[in-house]
Amino acid sequence: MDELITRREVMVVAAGGMALSQAPAHGADRASDASEKQTSDVPVSLRVNGRALTLHVDQRTSLLDALREYAGLTGTKKGCDRGACGACTVHLDGRRVISCLTLASRCQGKDITTIEGLANGDQLHPVQAAFIEHDGLQCGYCTPGQIMSAAALIKEGHAGSDPEIREWMSGNICRCGAYPNIIAAIRHASRGA
Amino acid sequence: MQAFTLTQPSNIQSAVAAASEPQTKYIAGGTDLLQLAKDDIETPRQLVDLEPLPMSGIHAGPNGLRLEALARMSDVAAHPAVVHGWPVLSQALLASASPQIRNMATVGGNLLQRTRCGYFRDTGFACNKRVPGSGCPAINGENRMHAILGVSDHCIATNPGDMAVAMMVLDAELELIGRNGTRKVAIGDFHRLPADTPHIETILRPGELITGIAIPASAAARRSGYLKVRDRASFEFAVVSAAVALDMDGGTIRSARVAAGGVGTKPWRLPEVEAALTGKPARAATLQEAAGRAGEGAKTTAMNAFKLVLLRRAVLRALQTVAA
Amino acid sequence: MAMIGQPLDRIDGRAKVTGAAKYAAEFRVPNAVHAVLVQSTIAAGSITGFDLKEASDMPGVLAIITPNNAGKLTHPENVPQAVAGPLLQNKDILFNGQHVALVVAETLEQAQSAASAVRLTYTRGEAATSMDAMLGQAYPPKHFRNGARPPDTSRGNADESFATGAVKMDATYVTPIEHHNPMEPHATIAAWDGDRVTVWTATQGISGVQSTLAGQFGIDKANVRAICPYVGAGFGSKGNTWPPATLAALAARTVRRPVKLVLSRSQMYTSNGYRPRTVQKLKIAAAADGALLSMRHDGFSSMSRPSLGEFAEPVALATEMLYACPNVAVTHRLVALNAALPTYMRAPGEASGVYALESAMDEMAVALKMDPIAFRLKNYAETDPHENKPFASKALRACYEQGARAFGWEKRSAEPRSMRDGNILIGWGFATSTYPTNRMPSAVKIRMEKDARVVLQCGTQDIGTGTYTVMTQVAADTLGIPMHHIRFELGDSNMPPGPVSGGSMTVASVSPSVQAACRALLDKIKDRAVAQPGWGGQSRDGLQLRDGQVVGIGQQISLATLLEHGPIEAEAKTQPGDEKKEFSMHAFGAQFAEVRVDPDLGEIRVSRYVGAFDGGNILNAKTARSQLIGGITYGIGMALHEETLVDQETGRIVNTNVAEYLMPVNADVPDIQTIIVPNDDKNSNPLGVKGIGELPMVGVAAAIANAVYHATGVRVRKVPIRIEDVL
Repeated sequence: MDELITRREVMVVAAGGMALSQAPAHGADRASDASEKQTSDVPVSLRVNGRALTLHVDQRTSLLDALREYAGLTGTKKGCDRGACGACTVHLDGRRVISCLTLASRCQGKDITTIEGLANGDQLHPVQAAFIEHDGLQCGYCTPGQIMSAAALIKEGHAGSDPEIREWMSGNICRCGAYPNIIAAIRHASRGA
Repeated sequence: MQAFTLTQPSNIQSAVAAASEPQTKYIAGGTDLLQLAKDDIETPRQLVDLEPLPMSGIHAGPNGLRLEALARMSDVAAHPAVVHGWPVLSQALLASASPQIRNMATVGGNLLQRTRCGYFRDTGFACNKRVPGSGCPAINGENRMHAILGVSDHCIATNPGDMAVAMMVLDAELELIGRNGTRKVAIGDFHRLPADTPHIETILRPGELITGIAIPASAAARRSGYLKVRDRASFEFAVVSAAVALDMDGGTIRSARVAAGGVGTKPWRLPEVEAALTGKPARAATLQEAAGRAGEGAKTTAMNAFKLVLLRRAVLRALQTVAA
Repeated sequence: MAMIGQPLDRIDGRAKVTGAAKYAAEFRVPNAVHAVLVQSTIAAGSITGFDLKEASDMPGVLAIITPNNAGKLTHPENVPQAVAGPLLQNKDILFNGQHVALVVAETLEQAQSAASAVRLTYTRGEAATSMDAMLGQAYPPKHFRNGARPPDTSRGNADESFATGAVKMDATYVTPIEHHNPMEPHATIAAWDGDRVTVWTATQGISGVQSTLAGQFGIDKANVRAICPYVGAGFGSKGNTWPPATLAALAARTVRRPVKLVLSRSQMYTSNGYRPRTVQKLKIAAAADGALLSMRHDGFSSMSRPSLGEFAEPVALATEMLYACPNVAVTHRLVALNAALPTYMRAPGEASGVYALESAMDEMAVALKMDPIAFRLKNYAETDPHENKPFASKALRACYEQGARAFGWEKRSAEPRSMRDGNILIGWGFATSTYPTNRMPSAVKIRMEKDARVVLQCGTQDIGTGTYTVMTQVAADTLGIPMHHIRFELGDSNMPPGPVSGGSMTVASVSPSVQAACRALLDKIKDRAVAQPGWGGQSRDGLQLRDGQVVGIGQQISLATLLEHGPIEAEAKTQPGDEKKEFSMHAFGAQFAEVRVDPDLGEIRVSRYVGAFDGGNILNAKTARSQLIGGITYGIGMALHEETLVDQETGRIVNTNVAEYLMPVNADVPDIQTIIVPNDDKNSNPLGVKGIGELPMVGVAAAIANAVYHATGVRVRKVPIRIEDVL
């Protein structure tokens, strides 16, 4: 049983066909999700960032993986995949939740907002703008989760003081340590909001 | 994660019926179950989805509070009646997890949250709770965060809950439904000690479901509070926590309810402390003496012996705060 | 107005706040499949067999790669610190959590569940898991600092002079294993086209990825392309090219499809290094007036089995140079365990070593009844006492002064437990920070397009430090054109090579080559101008570029006209000169922490923080401050939170997550005041920078530990400091 096991005919792909010639290659091809995921059989219809979206996912697929691997919406980040870092925070029917511990198949008909849907066209959400101005980010990987959490926090009415913001932002770990700047950004955005 | 089917019942009866299949788990908020499933600690073949069931109400009245099992932790914590009538409950909930998780997790599910013991949560280790009879490496291992009360030679895993500890001082009663009908059980009788069957954590029968939690109103419930001690300032399980509810008559403690988290293999009531308070004046010396009794029967390791000291101090601080 | 030094918003900010910035796992590569690693559950022994029946029968599974069928790889030559394994090349088990197989399947879910179904049988060997038990078998590193210096040094006679001290201390400090835990997990997508491979990979060094993979697969470097425009931080964990990147390429070659391999958070605890545990023995003696007489710093750090490579935590280097002490001896030793290979982690050496040194200095100050800052000043090193060279620059005295003033240090009462807020004990602690200034060769290509916009390219990285932004600032000032006409590109090995983003050297290394490339471009523009009809009388060096015009004496010509002949390109390579021979090059800082300790409950919180830093010339005050607060936050984690727990029986890590491996959350971090002490260190490099990625972390743990002592009277000689340590 130790030999290489190939379960099916594999299609050989000419990688040279990919759109990689421009540097840095920010966008290799956007593949068709439906054709890529033939083994997935659970249809889920969601509203993502105001648009209807039907995905065919695995029963086990988390909302996070559905967004990243099936819908091509990679703005929502996978940090720990166990609910302990907050990088995957999205709004589900208006509330901030962690998408890594949400089953996509249980989100039928739900309204989801991700970081890609927070701005109004080219007009950044006040929290997004404030994160840039106050440099509430470094590597940027936790940033979408921080911003989704912060936008919800302001709506929840938890931006009353710095200690309150700190406590209510403690579900989002920033390993680069941008916390004081994140607080400044939220303070700023909440005054304008 | 192993493959499973998802059943979405239209009512409680069909949920309970579906749950009679083997290797079935209910899923509510999913915040713990999916962690466990991703790590192959739970390997259900069927999940019965409780989300469609209309079971998320919070009903507060003069006689008490009734939480339907699917009420979200965040909603219960923020409910004005809970904040005023059962502050220990609101405080314990707000000290739990993160805002995002509290928006997902339900009160019913929270009672079933499984231990954070790192040996339990990694299939690369032996664990009596996961594989009965395989051994408990925590007993001689990294056990700083492990329990000092209710431990056995088979398991020293800590119950991770905050909310359940608060419910211990509120005389909460759980409403259960199963194939054979409904029954009620006191929160103190719900979790089991590990003894030689650490894999059996509650008195729930196969397929049985928590539908609600009834919490009486009382003067003690109104005068209650929760203290959580931890290494970092937020988003961490308790090193030690204390819940206190006092029924005071002027400066005298008519009756007291005291419980602790982070120290027990189940949410831990401290009757030895309560007895030392009942009928006594709420003076510093009384509180000190009573708190000093906490942890009767504790069995500690080199790494977690400090928890007994910390337990007594946390209980004292909580008593002082609530009595003041 | 000069752009250099301005507090400008980061250029990549918009991409990062909108989710548009693409990290390694996020590139859509058609037809890609998913790979998931399987790791060992024993720490020593060998694999006797695999039972793959269940896994291979699962839906979507394309291949299961084990040491039985993995293609052979070669060890790359000329790659410093190349990681030798585990690469599925043999069946030896050297640590718990070692890669033993790789499952490839159509979807992530299928690969994950099949990986769980892979079964192994082993013969178990004897595992060494306890560093303390093995301390007696410590050995000197064989390639300390890549052979650049010996592991042991001394001046004077530390042992003899110790006996003559009026005040002495002799103590052991312990730091735990810590994990970098960048928020982005390690991820690689690999796609082959014949014998050419492209990898989108999370790395701090695309050049290293290129040479490592080329060496391992026996192909030309030019046939490996590594792409990484954004990386979700690394802190050292993405400095080496670790086996998962190689295994992704191996899997892609096996299934002849692009393969995506993303580590789980748990797997990252044994896949990409960690800060090793250290045991540090400090002996210091001083005269009654506080003058240091003797310092001995013996450092031990935990290691893997030597066959995996070597990493020695250089804990005692700062002890050699930080204070004017005539008699100093330092040693570095390794303790081999059945553990994964450790590596650099933010402020390697100094984070652990200065924690111990500056704790010990605080103990000495207490014993001498001297103010901790006065004690440091008494022993202030005006020149490097170890290398006998002048410092390229050193504004440490100003850091002490400005930091102390901002913190209000003069209001500190020296006695422990003497400062309170109600029941809460207040402690004020102080420590020195230092980190060496490094520089590596770097190359930059520049092109001015026909529309006068400029593109610069360098195969460097932006790990969150602001490379995109500050390099654009440098280019704008050098060229004299607005920043929005400039695009700085990085993160592709097809670009001219840049250094690894580590050792706080990106700005010191890359900015000179940006400057040189810009100057080369300007020269070419001017060459083109003087070649214009009627410009024969102008000297090239007299021309200036202003507002889109090349201006000479009495005549000018627009860039647009010059560019009608086509874009202009230039390239520059720069490298360090002889400055290290002439100077001792270091950044410095002063760390001030206030802690609040609940005397009954033992909870310790940092309530106020001031850091004052000599980081040389600061190119962007906004992104620089972010690095400073980030480093201090990392230090708060080291002081109070972070510890990887290894089960001594099995050598298996118990807290492989970010719920029980505690890192600071927002509520743990107070307002932080950062002070940048102006210093333009042109002796070190053309831009006068020193690097500020590691510096702000150094000494933080000591400042906090010293504050805890001041608050409680309890001297804790290990981190993290826990509740039980002060109960």
